[in-house]
Amino acid sequence: MAGIVSYGSYIPYRRLKRAAIAQVLGVPASKGERAVASFDEDSASMAVEAVRDALKTTPAAAIGSLFFATTTAPYTEKLNAAIIGAATRMPAEIRAIDITGSVRAGLSALLQGADTAASSRTQAVVAMADARLGAPEGKAEQQNGDGAVAFVLGTDNVIAEIEASASLTREFLDTWRAPGERFAHSWEERFALTQAYSPLLGKAIQQVLSKAKVAPGDLAKIVVDAPNPRAAEEIIRGLKVDPSKIADTFALTVGQVGAAHAGLMLAGVLPSLKPGDRVLVASVADGAEAILLRATPAVANFKPLRSVGRMIESKGDVTYGNYLKWREILPTEPPRRPDPDRPAGPPMFRAEQWKFGFVGTRCTNCGTPQLPPQRVCVKCKAYDKMEPYPFADRTARIATYAIDRLAFSLNPPTVNVVIDFDGGGRFLCEMTDCEPEKVAIGDEVEMTFRRLFTADGVHNYFWKARPKR
Amino acid sequence: MASKGIKDRVAIIGMGCTRFGEHWDKSADDLLVEAAYEAYASAGVEPNDVDAYWLGTMGSGVSGLTLSEPLKIQYKPVTRVENMCATGSEALRQAAYAVASGAFDMAMAIGVEKLKDSGYSGLVVNNPPNDGTLGSMTAPASFSLLAPAYFKKYGLDPDKGKEVLSRIAWKNHRNGARNPKAQFQKEVPIEAIRNSPKIADPLGIMDCSGVSDGSAAAIIVRAEDAHKYCKNPIYIKALSFVAGPAEGPLSPEYDFTTFNEVVASSRDAYQQAGITNPREQVSMAEVHDCFTPTELVLYEDLGFSPRGTAWQDVMDGFFDLEGKLPVNPDGGLKSFGHPIGASGLRMMYEMWLQFRGEAGPRQIKDPRIGLTHNLGGAPGRCVSFVSVVGRDVG
Repeated sequence: MAGIVSYGSYIPYRRLKRAAIAQVLGVPASKGERAVASFDEDSASMAVEAVRDALKTTPAAAIGSLFFATTTAPYTEKLNAAIIGAATRMPAEIRAIDITGSVRAGLSALLQGADTAASSRTQAVVAMADARLGAPEGKAEQQNGDGAVAFVLGTDNVIAEIEASASLTREFLDTWRAPGERFAHSWEERFALTQAYSPLLGKAIQQVLSKAKVAPGDLAKIVVDAPNPRAAEEIIRGLKVDPSKIADTFALTVGQVGAAHAGLMLAGVLPSLKPGDRVLVASVADGAEAILLRATPAVANFKPLRSVGRMIESKGDVTYGNYLKWREILPTEPPRRPDPDRPAGPPMFRAEQWKFGFVGTRCTNCGTPQLPPQRVCVKCKAYDKMEPYPFADRTARIATYAIDRLAFSLNPPTVNVVIDFDGGGRFLCEMTDCEPEKVAIGDEVEMTFRRLFTADGVHNYFWKARPKR
Repeated sequence: MASKGIKDRVAIIGMGCTRFGEHWDKSADDLLVEAAYEAYASAGVEPNDVDAYWLGTMGSGVSGLTLSEPLKIQYKPVTRVENMCATGSEALRQAAYAVASGAFDMAMAIGVEKLKDSGYSGLVVNNPPNDGTLGSMTAPASFSLLAPAYFKKYGLDPDKGKEVLSRIAWKNHRNGARNPKAQFQKEVPIEAIRNSPKIADPLGIMDCSGVSDGSAAAIIVRAEDAHKYCKNPIYIKALSFVAGPAEGPLSPEYDFTTFNEVVASSRDAYQQAGITNPREQVSMAEVHDCFTPTELVLYEDLGFSPRGTAWQDVMDGFFDLEGKLPVNPDGGLKSFGHPIGASGLRMMYEMWLQFRGEAGPRQIKDPRIGLTHNLGGAPGRCVSFVSVVGRDVG
């Protein structure tokens, strides 16, 4: 049976307090805060972070496919999964597919990944990420959150195998967004709650439990994700289980992360599983998916690199004003500087390993790592003695820095740092997710994949440094 | 294999320089015509006496036509050169070598830049199509990398460091206030410099050179011919230009408290000119003070101050107009302004005036040896030019 081999998660560093929205707009505030993708992040860049996290704890085995589930793909036409594959240095020999159109896409992708892994006998990587916009004053703005999660599925080294699943699809109008629209519309709540979400969830869960001949009381954890939290609450009540088994929805800490939400909740409970424990995961939107997972003995030895809990704790506030600017909801006066040029296709193609994978070179003559990739060694001047040398997962320390208040940015000032990598190599790049006044020589940083800017509809992805999380 | 130099083999017999600043009423053509005709008049020659031209501009035109068209140059060689902010010096170097080679009897080096028409703040550099990984640091941010590194290495707390930087800008404005061709001809109180709006911390707007329009020109002949045209020519002792391997952003060995390129080019120039103790032997210098930390580091790279002590020399007034070694007596890039292609020649123009005793209220007493230093790029990745010039042969 196919199942989960490894997983990773990513929650952006910034949090928006719901009270901060209310204070500006004069609307009622919900409790807690929501995670906010930084000005230089999108669903693809966050998915890269989650996949990097997952791959670090994945046993070496061939990866045959990559699925990217999101409702906020950076490109409408152009494979978004290819960005993730390139940034995580996957080989060209993979099947890569974007799965989109519904917040249920996350669990749909998980099942698709499991089927592909089982039939191909290779590992399937499933990335789920979203950064959904809500219009100011609306419920979605407060309730949505941004983040990503990734699962590696396979048939060997499985920590939680898929025992059964159930899929339902219905056509009904609740949430929709036409091409070009930034904010989703939704129908009056009671209709979908009573006629779609509750019945669909109930039916999918009942089907999956009966397929596996498992009673609700046999479940160790229950993950239920619904666009309307009341649908989830109703179903959970009906199952009559111990409330401690119900997974955290992260409503107060992260918000509802669209296509990544069910996956993120699952990643939240996986570390607590003991061998033999069963988890029910269900997600409803335009139908429903329900999956029953059972932890294998291998779960006892598996430790995620960055748990969801740790990502939730690692945070800094964003003001509502900055949030509006980052999402370009609030137009601002541009600086008197030229707009950035779009990156060019042929140079990006030639530099794929460097630009997306952050792979530099190391001189085989003198052993000096260097980036960007060089032909002539900076140290011993040997010519064409280089081998590829990946830097993405190495930490570095700040040698000096500059705080640029003149450069074009949605989040001025731009912090630039000169960093020296542990093990060798120096680089000059932007630093993100930091407080400019706290940057100091000697600080430890790690690399993160970001969208630097968009010009002529071309998203310019590259790497930045950030304080170690 | 070091450069052999052309010490005392060529001389400058005439120079011209427009006022630098906001020339809303003048095009690059206008500025070129003004500087060139001022140089012709200064040397007492006719346009047709000049055999060849080197034009330096970073972005105000391409090809020799940028100069031959407005000047109506009659079918003579005009070479357009570009070497970032050291472009003007590069034009001078090419013209000097051409005359020294014997290929031409008389050459003009001229530089121009028209920056104020862009509508943007600061400099704008256009990159060739690229993969989007080059970064987008502005010039002040690139040079501000020097400040925390220098402060940390030599134990200056940020307040003290800022005071030192502010005093450099204060000195250059004080000199520029005595220069009728400078962009900013006003002394600025040190507190106003210190508290100016931040551009790239710790640099404020008053730590940055002036963005301006301008042009400057020099006419060069062989040294033995100089007195045919002019009673008091100035003699070129050394010209050194180096392009670095850009190791700063690549190698952890570079610590952002020096410009290796400047060290290399000054060593070469001193060797050409026979200078062994620049702190004592150089009477005055025009250096590339694009931003205040640049000037601080240059004092050490040019051998004016021992490592780690330039900041003390700054505070002691060593580089003031009345100091032992006046630096940027004309106001420098800071106060005279920085029209890229013209700046290197503007530095030489101050040498010309000072050696001839024509510098008015900022005249330095009895200068014998002068140095100009011009730099392009950023710390760790730049080109550097150093010249040594003198009043006398020998």
